Amino acid sequence: MLLIPCPYCGPRPEIEFAYGGEAHVVRAADPRQVDDAGWTEFLYFRNNPRGDHAERWRHAFGCGRFFNVKRNTYTDQIEASYRIGETRP
Amino acid sequence: MDNLAIPPAAMRRSSLSGQEGGPTCRPIAGGGRFSLRLPPASRQPAALALGLDLEANINRAAVSGGRAALRLGPDEWLLLLPEAEAPAAALAGALPGGLYALTEISHRQTAIVLEGGAAADRLNAGCPLDLDLAAFPVGMATRTLFFKAEIVLWRQSETCFHLEVWRSFAPYVWELLGVIGREYAS
Ligand SMILES: [Zn+2]
Repeated sequence: MLLIPCPYCGPRPEIEFAYGGEAHVVRAADPRQVDDAGWTEFLYFRNNPRGDHAERWRHAFGCGRFFNVKRNTYTDQIEASYRIGETRP
Repeated sequence: MDNLAIPPAAMRRSSLSGQEGGPTCRPIAGGGRFSLRLPPASRQPAALALGLDLEANINRAAVSGGRAALRLGPDEWLLLLPEAEAPAAALAGALPGGLYALTEISHRQTAIVLEGGAAADRLNAGCPLDLDLAAFPVGMATRTLFFKAEIVLWRQSETCFHLEVWRSFAPYVWELLGVIGREYAS
């Protein structure tokens, strides 16, 4: 089991968390300007790196908060966790 | 509001009523519970109105005369109050036009107290947290899991834990605590 560092609660067991997919996927400021290809990209396409990955987690059975984690998908090492709105370290 | 008035014959029944428990594990019936959500600016006036410390760290309980505020997250508190207490008016007066949400959840959950030298070990049969005193000191309170049920776990002393359990999960948690307790029966 991973120990995931919640920015609010500190390191907690993985079973308390829910995975929220890739982080920093930003919805267009003016959705009317987005064409079909742009929507397809936004809704369905994600990076699938072998290595550093910024991803969202929610401390579902804890403080309830969403936050971001920088995790290496190959080693499962978590390098950093940071609050929503903070820049990616 | 007349239609919401509870007829005098209504009787509150805990989902664990009929269960007596023993010296190391027992249900606690009754009690008032409120979920409080507050932005930082409302914290101080709300704390004054409630007479409870809302500046305690996340995952800590602030206790004052049989009343407690368990800080479950950055803007979320679980208030455990005497059954007769109704904090809504005091809070509305202290935060006129202020942002907050107060929800009564007294009947949503029930409480179990787990006591004794093996209390932490018994909990760890189904709770993934490190319950060593260094990692989970007295006064710590947090939402977590007991097997598949969400609970709020509050360490009241080195060997005494207070569990808040949603009422429909309570028989499940109670049953499992009983099964685990058999291993520790002397
Ligand atoms: Zn948390």
